[in-house]
Amino acid sequence: VNRLLTLTTFLPLLGALMVLAGGRGLKDEGARWVALGASLATFIVSLVVLGRFDPAAEQPFQMVELARWVESIGLSYAVGVDGVSIWMVLLTTFLFPVSILASWTIVKDVRRFMAAMLVLETAVIGTFLALDLLLFFLFFEALLVPMYLLIGGWGGRRRVYAAVKFFLFTMAGSAFLLVAILFLYAQQPDGERLFGYGAMIDAAAGLPVATARWLFLAFFVAFAVKVPLVPLHTWLPDAHTEAPTAGSVLLAGVLLKVGTYGLIRFNLMLFPEASRYFATFVGILAVIGIIYGGVNALIQTDIKRLVAYSSVSHLGFVVLGLFAFTQQGVTGGVMQMVNHGLATGALFLLVGMVYERTHTRELDAMGGLSSVMPWLMGAFLFTAFASAGLPGLNGFVGEFLVIVGTFAVNSWFGALAATGVVLAAIYLLWSYQRMAFGPVREEHRLLPDVSVREVAVLAPVLVLLLVFGVAPSLLADRIEPATSAVIAHVDPEQETTDVGQAALAASAAEGLSPP
Amino acid sequence: VIGQATLSTPELAFEPLLPELFLVGFAIAGLLYEAFSRRSEPVVHLSIALVGVALAGATSLWLWGWDGEATVLAGAVAADRFAVLARLLLLVVAALGLLLGHQYFQRSGDEPQGEFAPLVLFATSGMTLIVAAADLIVAFLALEILSLSLYVLTGLTGRRAANEAAMKYFLLGAFSSAFFLYGIAMAYGATGTTKIGPLALALGGSEQGLALLALALLAIGFGFKVSAAPFHMWTPDVYHGAPTPVTAYMSAATKVAAFGALIRVLDVAFQALAWDWAPVVWALAAVSVVLGSVLAIAQANVKRMLAYSSIAHAGFILTGLTAPGSDGIRSSVFYLVAYAAMTVGAFGTVMLVSGRGEERTRISDYTGLARTQPLAAALMTLFLLSLAGIPPTAGFIAKVNVFSAAIGAGYWLLALIGVLASVAAAFFYIRVIVLMYMQEPVEVVEAGSAPLTGAVLAIPAAATLLLGVFPGLIVGVIEEASVLRW
Repeated sequence: VNRLLTLTTFLPLLGALMVLAGGRGLKDEGARWVALGASLATFIVSLVVLGRFDPAAEQPFQMVELARWVESIGLSYAVGVDGVSIWMVLLTTFLFPVSILASWTIVKDVRRFMAAMLVLETAVIGTFLALDLLLFFLFFEALLVPMYLLIGGWGGRRRVYAAVKFFLFTMAGSAFLLVAILFLYAQQPDGERLFGYGAMIDAAAGLPVATARWLFLAFFVAFAVKVPLVPLHTWLPDAHTEAPTAGSVLLAGVLLKVGTYGLIRFNLMLFPEASRYFATFVGILAVIGIIYGGVNALIQTDIKRLVAYSSVSHLGFVVLGLFAFTQQGVTGGVMQMVNHGLATGALFLLVGMVYERTHTRELDAMGGLSSVMPWLMGAFLFTAFASAGLPGLNGFVGEFLVIVGTFAVNSWFGALAATGVVLAAIYLLWSYQRMAFGPVREEHRLLPDVSVREVAVLAPVLVLLLVFGVAPSLLADRIEPATSAVIAHVDPEQETTDVGQAALAASAAEGLSPP
Repeated sequence: VIGQATLSTPELAFEPLLPELFLVGFAIAGLLYEAFSRRSEPVVHLSIALVGVALAGATSLWLWGWDGEATVLAGAVAADRFAVLARLLLLVVAALGLLLGHQYFQRSGDEPQGEFAPLVLFATSGMTLIVAAADLIVAFLALEILSLSLYVLTGLTGRRAANEAAMKYFLLGAFSSAFFLYGIAMAYGATGTTKIGPLALALGGSEQGLALLALALLAIGFGFKVSAAPFHMWTPDVYHGAPTPVTAYMSAATKVAAFGALIRVLDVAFQALAWDWAPVVWALAAVSVVLGSVLAIAQANVKRMLAYSSIAHAGFILTGLTAPGSDGIRSSVFYLVAYAAMTVGAFGTVMLVSGRGEERTRISDYTGLARTQPLAAALMTLFLLSLAGIPPTAGFIAKVNVFSAAIGAGYWLLALIGVLASVAAAFFYIRVIVLMYMQEPVEVVEAGSAPLTGAVLAIPAAATLLLGVFPGLIVGVIEEASVLRW
């Protein structure tokens, strides 16, 4: 029997139990190694999943596992991967060992920290793989607790405030999600109700138009908080700034993707009509997010807050692409999800390393660092280029596709989104300039450059930034079949197009305008 | 064969009352032991009571296979599986309460209370009787048995706060009993019977004015007992003032008993009026979840906070009950099981933290608990997460069940109110977790170890986790028990 996905999901949990079961007998060093080992093993298993994944397969989901869990309420343990979720899972399994290695410097409650990290990994992988809406919701809620503990337990000065804010925002959003899921569930005939993905799609298809639109909004709020879309983003700068480095990396790299993943997996697939109806509205929110996030990043003096706001801007691109319903837009959006996870994850890693040395995050209190630690600052510049979307690095392709795909349906959105790219170049390079150039402060003169461990943390990420920039088809080949299925479902009028065939995509303009 | 009496006497089948008979019998045995032994040993009391509970449990289990009449003793007591399941739940809670209480009195230095165990047995006998009552008069009798025992238990330690709580509980409880009794009278006036089976038949198509009045009065009486807002006023004071193990016992058991009886009244006796009572239940549920959740935020004492949360939980159970028929019953019964586990566990942990008596029950006393008492902190976290309804705990599945039942009956707005209230509620549960794990202890308190209490709490902890991950374990049982016979 094929239990590969279950293994991927629960291997980290097993590691967490081992760390906890070790008790005081397990020294801090031991806990670190167990956690790293568990997350690396998970990564290897997920690579096997990638190897077995067949981009040309007929069925929408592969390696599906289905088991009845609570038969009386129709809850099943159903998991499977498609071209979107496979990348989300790999992004997760890749960033966790990196973050754990980056957390080697944590000395407070190491066992508890590592256990929380591993529980979080299980919950996140579960949300990406679940093909049962209640199962999804279960993981979706469960990931709140370890994340909350990570921010609140190991964060900065205002960590408790940030943790509570994060928790309440997300939970308030998911309240609507739960009611909407149960509502869909109740639409099915008594006695044969299921939470399964297919059953829910069928149930949603039978809804009156107005009801479906309300339910779309309920799902949308839950995921928009997570993404986050303006105006539901206010928890993000606080959470990012206060979280420990690993928390920020995972929050930006993985957890925000849960929101966009939910939009593509559930909003678009369950409510195609409502998705078309609200496309312009969502597009406006996304464009506002792109510009608002960019402008805010521009004026920050705290480097961590700056990167946090850049996330708001970059995630706006993702949502804009998803709701363009063109092949370029949606595929670009998904690619941007992966690339943002890597680039912003790397930025947070670097910011963490700089902070550990200078003990400040204020840009004004830095300067001249490139002469003190040339390698670290070089890595920073490289990552900033990737994040700003320099061609040849990974950020470029996704953003470019989103903008092209959006132009085809709404040139205003496309043009406004393009300013986001310009803003990104400005705030990233300007912040780099303030950090790296100018006179060196006296107290920074003797700071060490990257250590061996830090090289081990950074090198894999930076290599991937380059690889996905040079060979974006590695991503795109697997993503495209899944996204064209989504587009065919949302917008059946539209012919699926290949990337670059802008002429055909233009025909989508008619399909996009609200009925 | 001559002189056959023509007077018809009901057939006497006492088997379905065996659990109550055992409970009462062993309670009396405990009292006699206290009266006649020169120096009574708490351990002997505990053993007597536990044997009684165990025998009551065994006979309850045997009644699961009862194939006699649906009701016995002239229709006064129901012998269905619903009663069996509710009884078993009550007996488990009683056993936990007895064990916790035993340790509480050993540690608190109060003089050994020989009355404690017998009173718990008496109260439990009232509770197990009320969930099986097929006649409103019997329900009233059972209600009085359990209430009177609980009033005394509340004031058992003689502390000021306990006395005040007992007095308050007694006055308001007596008041609510009067409402309940009036309700029975009105029901009798409307239908000429107090037995719930005939009541259901009589209400099929008759004049309904009086019946509605009866329903309203009964609802008030039950509202008090389950502590649903706006009849909740006594709850915080009583839960706060009563000795912690008593609070643990009664917060779980009273709710199970009162809801068990309420389910029988609504879904059997007044099922014909479902359209009339559903909006009432709806309103009680909405007010309870909102008030309970919001007021809990302002509390500075853990016991008071949990008391307000129990009001909110009454609202969640009522949310499930808005769905008439087996959907509603199933979801509320599951919720009751989950609630019993997590609330006994939470109050038990409060006891574990306070060490002796009623010390250290302020929320600020939990600061840095993860350092001083890691086990207590971990247990509290589990129970609080379950109370907040976060997976993978029993509380999550329970909430999904009741909300889904309500939505299935068309009350999606109530479900939305409930879900949003749980977000507010999550805030104060989480606040305690923050204090325990994210802040340093203010003062280092000598945390006396209590391995026995910890061991007792393993039972609700295991139940909370197991029912969260494998709810299927009891879903089948609940399914079979959700058919009320009359």
